[in-house]
Amino acid sequence: MRAKILLSILLLVLVFFPTFAGPYALSVATLILFFAYAGQAWNVMMGFAGQLSLGHSLYVGVGAYAAAGLYFHTGLGAWAGIWLAILLCMLLGAAIGFLAFRFGISGVYFALLTIAFAEFTRIGFDHIQWLGGPGGLFIKVEHRTGWDLVNLRGTPAMFYYVMLALCALAFIFCFLLLKSKAGYYWQAIRENEEAAQALGINTFRWKMLAVVISSAMTSVAGVFYAFYYNNLFPEQIFHISRSIEIILGPIIGGIGTLFGPILGAAVLILLSDGITEGLAALGWEFPGVKQVFYGLVLLVVVMFLPRGIWPALARRLGVGK
Amino acid sequence: MDPVNVANLALAGVLTGLVYGLMALGLSVIFGVVRVVNFAHGEMMTIAMYAAVVLFTTLGLDPFLAILPVALAFFVLGYAMQAGLINPFITRPEHSQFMLLVAVAIIMVNALLVIFGPGARSVQLDYLLESIELGPLLLDRGKFYAALVACAASAALFAFFRYTPTGRAIRACADNWLGAKVVGLNVKHYYAFTFGLGSACVAIAGCMMVLLVDVTPPLGPYYTLLAFVIVIVGGLGSMAGALLGGVLIGVSEALAGLFITPSAKSMFSFGLLILVLLLRPQGLLGRRP
Amino acid sequence: MSALLEVRGISKSFRGLRAVAAASFDVPERGVVALIGPNGAGKTTCFNMIAGVFAPDSGTIALRNSFIQELRPDQVCAAGIGRTFQIVKPFAGLSVLDNVMVGALLREQSVSAARGFSLSILEKLKLATKANLPAASLTLPDRKRLEVARALATRPRLLLLDEVMAGLRPTECDEMVAVFRELNRADGLTILLIEHVMRAVMALAQQVVVLHHGEIIARGAPAEVVRDPAVLECYLGEETEL
Repeated sequence: MRAKILLSILLLVLVFFPTFAGPYALSVATLILFFAYAGQAWNVMMGFAGQLSLGHSLYVGVGAYAAAGLYFHTGLGAWAGIWLAILLCMLLGAAIGFLAFRFGISGVYFALLTIAFAEFTRIGFDHIQWLGGPGGLFIKVEHRTGWDLVNLRGTPAMFYYVMLALCALAFIFCFLLLKSKAGYYWQAIRENEEAAQALGINTFRWKMLAVVISSAMTSVAGVFYAFYYNNLFPEQIFHISRSIEIILGPIIGGIGTLFGPILGAAVLILLSDGITEGLAALGWEFPGVKQVFYGLVLLVVVMFLPRGIWPALARRLGVGK
Repeated sequence: MDPVNVANLALAGVLTGLVYGLMALGLSVIFGVVRVVNFAHGEMMTIAMYAAVVLFTTLGLDPFLAILPVALAFFVLGYAMQAGLINPFITRPEHSQFMLLVAVAIIMVNALLVIFGPGARSVQLDYLLESIELGPLLLDRGKFYAALVACAASAALFAFFRYTPTGRAIRACADNWLGAKVVGLNVKHYYAFTFGLGSACVAIAGCMMVLLVDVTPPLGPYYTLLAFVIVIVGGLGSMAGALLGGVLIGVSEALAGLFITPSAKSMFSFGLLILVLLLRPQGLLGRRP
Repeated sequence: MSALLEVRGISKSFRGLRAVAAASFDVPERGVVALIGPNGAGKTTCFNMIAGVFAPDSGTIALRNSFIQELRPDQVCAAGIGRTFQIVKPFAGLSVLDNVMVGALLREQSVSAARGFSLSILEKLKLATKANLPAASLTLPDRKRLEVARALATRPRLLLLDEVMAGLRPTECDEMVAVFRELNRADGLTILLIEHVMRAVMALAQQVVVLHHGEIIARGAPAEVVRDPAVLECYLGEETEL
């Protein structure tokens, strides 16, 4: 009950946020929602099913390039690109999952395999001139005053609401997943794969499902990214630091929890923005300062709150997970 | 394609590969004993490279002479990192250890960026421009010496593990830490010692690497990935495998430029990594777990 | 009538070392059979072959006349064989109830049906009061019970118990024995157990199979087997609770 009240208040604030927020605050909030969504998607694989992916930038990148490339070359908007992005990323996730799980690759080795595929793709995209190569892919920037949801063209507030809707849907979807057979099976696999298999769980099939769902969800974040920023560079979007940015949120917020990715993204981005502002005010504008700070926050959280902020906070608030 | 040219490139690849091998050896030794994957390995490598550059530009110390102080400092740093940071994480899940080291890596690479800026730094020594003639082949003098040092350091490490009591004790900890604990070995001390040794390897490799390339902060993550590629190709935990993997990657990077565009050369390495992970996950010289 | 489980001449070697050599035995429908023998006799290897962890090098295993020796562990479980692990493997981060529900979801149609069924099993194993505790907080005897509850939740025809009595106090052991007797008598559950605790073997098993160096050296009713000179011989110098 208490959880529901708190959730309603949060939702109410988020829905009315653009009416009183300035453009800067709105862009920060959109970014938070973006990472909350991507973190939620990653959480399905690692937090629920226990498969550590360090290459989720792959799905963001492929999703972004699929939608942007389609728009760039054929003029078909986001409504079409999203399906192409989801399809491609599901196939990609399935291929990686199939190779890894069939060959019995797990843990650190699996993580390294995901990095390898992301890096492989990053360098590969540098050589696809058709998609701009290392010089980047730019799609036409349009400043519209209205909302064109079908083509994902419109005001910053529209992008904010799109991301908010995605986050809410992802939250509900993950909530339902956790309560379903899949949720139970994934958590069993995460906790002890051998015991899970002895209880009749086809671990290969369920792990595959986790990877495919996670990659499909992540690709949607990529589509959003493409039409929000209007430019894509392999060096940025596929880079391992992008993968790490995605997973920091859920890790700081609480792996395997539903609120963890949201809380983590908010904490991370607000703090880093605050720090950047603070340093700018002091005149210390060196490249890298923000990332040092990221590293320190991460270090403190993994050392002292190994399960993340949310489980500790949830206990304080007197609400369940 | 001129065969002499190809041979020269391959030879240069072997020499660079031996330095890569020494770097990867550090990672491999740490994983083999402590069972922790050092995700900050390449970042430590770049710190060593900057240390060599700074010692050269401020004191005029030749990187070959810088080996001693840098390696010593890195041994202490590695020991402290393991004793202070990583030992409490030994019993925690893999992803938790990984996040710890990612945090360390992020701090290291960006601290370098803050201190030295994004520009490239290098050492300028006259003998780096000289070559040694070997029949029709040409050897880069700097590369040649660097590879010699890498070989010597690797040999010393092999000998240490085989012949010294401390080395044997560390191997005992690696085989069976519970057993080692039971017979009264201070396992945590030996873990820290091993991390120190692995760091010293990286330090030496870093001092040598400044003779071959200019250093920039983003080299850190790149070397971390490269070290992973090498040890996984060679076999995580296998010392000989690390050297072999280093040479393989060195040669393939050197020759990749001939067959595909140079900018795609690391695609080749990652392709190799994916193949090895799938077909022989224990690596070329590794034992099945 | 043929037996529920028929094991015929299964062998397994690890790196040239013979762990099990041509072992054959039956577990009759509604029977309780104990597999005993000194440490390293090949008992757990036998179990792992039956449970599908690895396939035998040669020989066949049949459950109700269909061969299962090539199946994966999950397929074996779906075929009707539940197992416990000698070293318990609880899903430590999940609650006791959720642990059991994972097993129950194999055959129950919905999550809520699985919850109901799991609660009834927890009741049977006297874990109902701890249903909402995290599994990590349980004591060893409770963890062993949980291991059994989880396996039972898959509604097995045959239950494989790998040393579930080890580490239990005599009274706890007797409680467990009573639970299995009840399951066997009332629900018709067939049980194959590996056990060192002879107190439990004598109380539960109708038939005992003795393994030594991977070979079956004796079989029969518990009271006969413990008097068999060959059996006494193989335990000589071994630390046992015989």
